[in-house]
Amino acid sequence: MSNDVFEQVKEIVSPYCKNKEALESATADTSFLEDLAINSARLVDIVIDFEDEFDIEVSDEEADKIRTIGDAVTVINAKT
Amino acid sequence: MNKQNERVVITGMGVVAPNGNGLEDFEQALRNGVSGIKHHAHLAESNFACQVGGIPQHIDELKHDYLTDEALMAMNEAMIFGAIAAIDCWRDAGLAEPGDEPDWDTGAIIGTGISGLDTIGQKIIPLTDAGKVKRLGSTMVEQVMASASSANIGGLLALGGQVTTNSSACTTGTEAIANGYHSIQTGRVKRMLVGGTEGASKYSWAGFDAMRVLARGYNDNPEQASRPMSASAVGFVPGSGAGLLMLESLSSAQARGARIYAEVIGVDVNCGGQRNGGSTTFPNPTGVQRCIQTALKHAGIKGTEVDLINGHLTATMADPYEVANWQQALACDPADFPKINSTKSLIGHALGAAGGLECIASVLQLSHGFVHGSLNCEDLHPDLQPYADSVVHKTQASDAQILAKASFGFGDVNACAIFKKFNP
Repeated sequence: MSNDVFEQVKEIVSPYCKNKEALESATADTSFLEDLAINSARLVDIVIDFEDEFDIEVSDEEADKIRTIGDAVTVINAKT
Repeated sequence: MNKQNERVVITGMGVVAPNGNGLEDFEQALRNGVSGIKHHAHLAESNFACQVGGIPQHIDELKHDYLTDEALMAMNEAMIFGAIAAIDCWRDAGLAEPGDEPDWDTGAIIGTGISGLDTIGQKIIPLTDAGKVKRLGSTMVEQVMASASSANIGGLLALGGQVTTNSSACTTGTEAIANGYHSIQTGRVKRMLVGGTEGASKYSWAGFDAMRVLARGYNDNPEQASRPMSASAVGFVPGSGAGLLMLESLSSAQARGARIYAEVIGVDVNCGGQRNGGSTTFPNPTGVQRCIQTALKHAGIKGTEVDLINGHLTATMADPYEVANWQQALACDPADFPKINSTKSLIGHALGAAGGLECIASVLQLSHGFVHGSLNCEDLHPDLQPYADSVVHKTQASDAQILAKASFGFGDVNACAIFKKFNP
């Protein structure tokens, strides 16, 4: 698993984060909703940003399973 | 007999206008006759006949002082104008920064004429027609619902009273003030944040251009384009921005030692029913006169007590009819007609935000003792010659006590608010 992807995911979710400190110290287990205090409606926009950044397509079913930064990295790595 | 009759005062204001952002800049622009009307290349590119308009400046830099990147991702232009004005108004009223608990004593009525058309035109229609609905993301609904701005402001300020949006075309902003007045006067709430916000989308302005109601022939002289009361008025100049006022019960304002700009002593809102010469686009004169007279009656004053009029006065052929309606409603001779000006001569016609912006101009004049000059009417319309002494061309000092403001809109709808210098 690439550390680059992890850092890119952090960068993509940054503007959506209400808890910037949690993002600074984020690990693969850091959750988008609870830890980063991202508005749940915005997960849709974050997935669109992943698709654009990595030139991939993420199905609704796959998107529904993304809860942590690690989940996102796993989905992205499987497609790139 | 359960009428509470709370007195209603203005304790804060916030403004984002084409000729100045913030109360200080806006007041200086009014005093100095600074026009906010400019030529806009994007209107020329779309072949508008009227390529001039009033658009608030420097918002792209200013917005970051007020709003987080996270908030801005879900905000279109009208929402940004409204949010900046709302935050400024809140602070100007001396209220505490919003915390974790809603302020159950404050509501908001934030009007708009045409909501979110930039979002609809730039995103929803092209992406939907291209079969890319999924790519619209999560932020479309909150930007195009009619209540987009009021909902956004309710969250920014943690408002706990009624938070809603009104819409009655160009009457909207003044109607919001009338509606907020009633909520406070009847004792239902302590404070209402009221007024209007309107974006500058070319998609909003295109329909007016096609109607041939916008100013033509001034693309090379934008500052001369908005000509209310002029013989050479050829249509209005589209404008945009936000003007919001904090209405508050006098008892609440006094209990917290708030600064009071002025008192709202009477309001009325009505419709001419599109009868007796009225139509969607032209007012029934009886409706206009009844609206003004009902507001005066509500205020308990005679027409002759009005010192100043801030007219609707858009710079169409309707201006002379408006002045005649004022004269009939106030029941005074043209020679005794109050001083009158048009804020639109400086900022254009901001549609749903016009009433809010112009009520702020009105309250600033009353509270700070001046009347701003009305630009571009040196060649007064011949039908207005009997009122020539009342038309204010250059800013002057004033000891006016009572100002009447009216707004009129498509649908033959009317709103009038009477402001009075505050005397405890």
